[in-house]
Parts: sequence; structure tokens; C-alpha cells
Amino acid sequence: MAEKPKIALYWCASCGGCEEAVVDLAEDILTVVEKVDIVFWPVALDFKREDVEKMKDGEILATFINGAVRLSEQEDMVKLLRRKSKLIIAFGACAHMGGVPGLANAQTKEKIFEYYYHTGPIVVNPEKNKPSPDFAKNKGFELPEFYKDVRALDQVIDVDYYIPGCAPPPNIVKNAVLTLLSGNLPPKGKVLASDRSLCYDCPLNETKPDEGIKIKEIKRYYEPEKVDPEKCLLLQGLPCLGPVTRGGCDALCIKGNMPCTGCFGPLDGVKDYGAAALSYIASIIDSNDEKEINEILEKGIPDPIGLFYMYSLPKSLLFKKLIKEE
Amino acid sequence: MEKNFEPKIVGIFCNWCTYAAADLAGVSRMQYAPNLRIVRVMCSGRIHPEFILWAFKNGADGVLIGGCHPGDCHYIEGNYKNLRRYLLLKKLISQFGIEEERLRLEWISASEADKLVKVVNEFAETLKKLGPLSLKEKLPEYAKKEV
Repeated sequence: MAEKPKIALYWCASCGGCEEAVVDLAEDILTVVEKVDIVFWPVALDFKREDVEKMKDGEILATFINGAVRLSEQEDMVKLLRRKSKLIIAFGACAHMGGVPGLANAQTKEKIFEYYYHTGPIVVNPEKNKPSPDFAKNKGFELPEFYKDVRALDQVIDVDYYIPGCAPPPNIVKNAVLTLLSGNLPPKGKVLASDRSLCYDCPLNETKPDEGIKIKEIKRYYEPEKVDPEKCLLLQGLPCLGPVTRGGCDALCIKGNMPCTGCFGPLDGVKDYGAAALSYIASIIDSNDEKEINEILEKGIPDPIGLFYMYSLPKSLLFKKLIKEE
Repeated sequence: MEKNFEPKIVGIFCNWCTYAAADLAGVSRMQYAPNLRIVRVMCSGRIHPEFILWAFKNGADGVLIGGCHPGDCHYIEGNYKNLRRYLLLKKLISQFGIEEERLRLEWISASEADKLVKVVNEFAETLKKLGPLSLKEKLPEYAKKEV
């Protein structure tokens, strides 16, 4: 019998939800395991970095990496895995676009450290120590370097395919894995999900009026029980980003009365997801008066980066908040 | 800040009003700040926020949007759509740390060449005071690459 193809899984700056998504394949994971050998998966299997280093270059068929890249250790690991693998697949929104950890690019590293190690309400640190490679060395242990910015995976290494989602739903993962194993590979750089926007899959799309959507108020999402589950969420004033977001998730959030926040990212050809989302939300506001528009925006969108770039700040055109040099 | 800083202004003008005004300013041999580079679009409603962010990223110090006066849009309400995007985009760029004044919207009709001259001169002055944006130089190498 021919040797089974090898696959590896790795995590960087992520919450662990993507690992969960692999386990969510449930019994389908057996179909996958039947066809492949998992040679590296820190969260579940006891293989070490040395085991990967021993492999020949390109020996692994595909490596699935989730999470954004912020630490020197993560960078080293993904570069090592890139060498050892034929295909690298960015798994989940963080590896794809930076994800929620990517929102840290709206802050400086110094501010984040200040809060988490000095001023935060649950911190006791009278010596004002901060973790750093040097600090650790003096104490006799090792710490990786914490980089200034959060990066998506393809800003660190070459990526072949993307599996979107936060976390990727089981059907997307299953189809992607089967596509890769079939040997019939899609063109490089493809996002392995639908090519159409979420609204095409959305069960509420039918309730959209022919004359288009016009809203006088952008509501913030507090009370899910007050949402009418039978009516397009946009018509109810909730900022659902479905029209500019890639579909393929079966509208899971919308079925749960929750507006789309855009974890599948932009459709092909869009350079900046947030700009597309901004453009469309602004165009459905039903007012032509500057003062009134400003009032609607002030009330409805107090945090534009948080709404439009929730998962994609490192992949946006501007990448990060501009800090004035003193 | 360098002393002889000349800001780069990207002007995105609608075909029917502001572009015609710039044309009129040209044929009337009016003098105005040479910092402006004009891009013509059919309607200010065509201006995707992506264009503006791209311009800022790639070296523009300021972006001037020109459209028809409210009610005068050739396509009935394209300029209103542009107005809403502009107001929201201003909020966004200031959150990104870019001064709001670097983005300016003006309604300039085909006959208002003098207004165009005044606006461009004023805008160039504002940008000279603000200094260069040089966004791309400030970004790390890995963030310069585009999709």
C-alpha cells in the first residue's frame, strides 16, 4: 500500500476555536484520518518541533495554520512549516486576514503592555516588570519576542489556500480537505468557500423589498430577543455585513438572530473589506441632510474600525493606526 | 518638517460639474496651486472609499472630492451617496490617526471655476500646515504588499 499523504496542523495567535472546528468534523474526521497521516498537531498529538525539523523539505502534503502572527516563535514555526510542506492553508479568519487579534493594530504594543502588566484592574506588579526576551534570560528561561504589529499569515509566508471563517464551519472544512485530497487543485490563492455574497445563501433574502433597503437608524446589537427572525436584519436597522461578505457559511449567525460581522472576509477583487462595508452601509442610510446623517452615524457607528474591520485590520490598506512621531 | 514641502493632492472629480469647472479654470488661464492631480469619474457616487484609502496609502497628502451641488447630480442622487460615504469615511480615517482635514468634499458646479481655484489653494495651504502624510514610508515592509 502506498504511503498516506502527511498533513500537519499548527496554531499561532488564536483562541483555539479553529482547533475546535477540526474536532467539529465529528465522525467525518474518521474519513479524513483514513486517508492521511497527521504528523504534527500540538493541541492534540505529542509531536515536537524536532520531529518536524527531521522531515525532508516538502515532505508534508499540506499544513493547516490558524491564528495571526505576533511572536517571533510563531514566525519561526510557520517558516519552518512552509519549508517542510507542499501546501500551506491559512485556516480561519485570523490566519486569513488577521482576525480579532488583528484589531490590536489599532493600539500600540506599549499601550497594550502598559494595561496588561501595569494599570489593568487585576494586575499587581509593583516592580513594573514587562515580559521580554531579555527579562526572561536574566531569570533563566526563554520568551519569544512580541512584535510591534499583528500580521496575517500571508504577510509572513507564502500561502496557497485560505479557509475562511471564525471559526470555519464543518462543511467548509470538510469540502476544503476533500478538494485538497482529490488532487484536483484550484488555482493558487483561492479562498475555499462560496464565490458569492452571503445574501445569496441567506433565508431572509426574500423579505428584502424590490425598491431596496433604506434605514433611518443604525441599531447596536444588544437584545437578540427583540429581533424579528423572519425579516431581513438590515431592514430592522441592524448593521449586517452580509452583502459584502463571502458566503458559504449557510448564514449560521443570521439563523441565530445575529447580524453578519464579516468573518468570511471580502469577495474576490475587493482590496479592502472595511471600505466595501463602509461604502454600502453609508449608501443605505435614508437621509440627504448632512446634519441628520452625522447624527445617525454618531449614534449607530461609534467605532468604525471595530465594525468594519473586526476580522481584517492587518489586511486592510492602512494596516494599522498611524502613530505620530513625537 | 521639510521647509519646501509641496503636498500631493489627489482630486477625484465628477465628469459633469467639478471636472468641467477645472476645465473652465484651465481654458480661462486661471492660476492655482500646482499640487493637484485630477482623476475624472462619471459621478461622485462612483467614488469608492477604497480609492481614497488607496490614494492615502500610495503617497497622497490630501484627497479632494468634487461633485455637483446637492440636487444637481446628473444621476439624480449620486452625490448624496457620496456625501454619506464621505462623512463616515472621515470618522474612519481619524480613527486610523489620519487628520480629518486631509479629506475634503466640495460641491463645485461647471461654471464655478473661481470656487475651484479658491478651494485648491486653500486646501494646499491646509496640507502644507499639516505636513507630509508619507503613509507608505511609515508602514513596515510586509504591510506594503497589496492583495
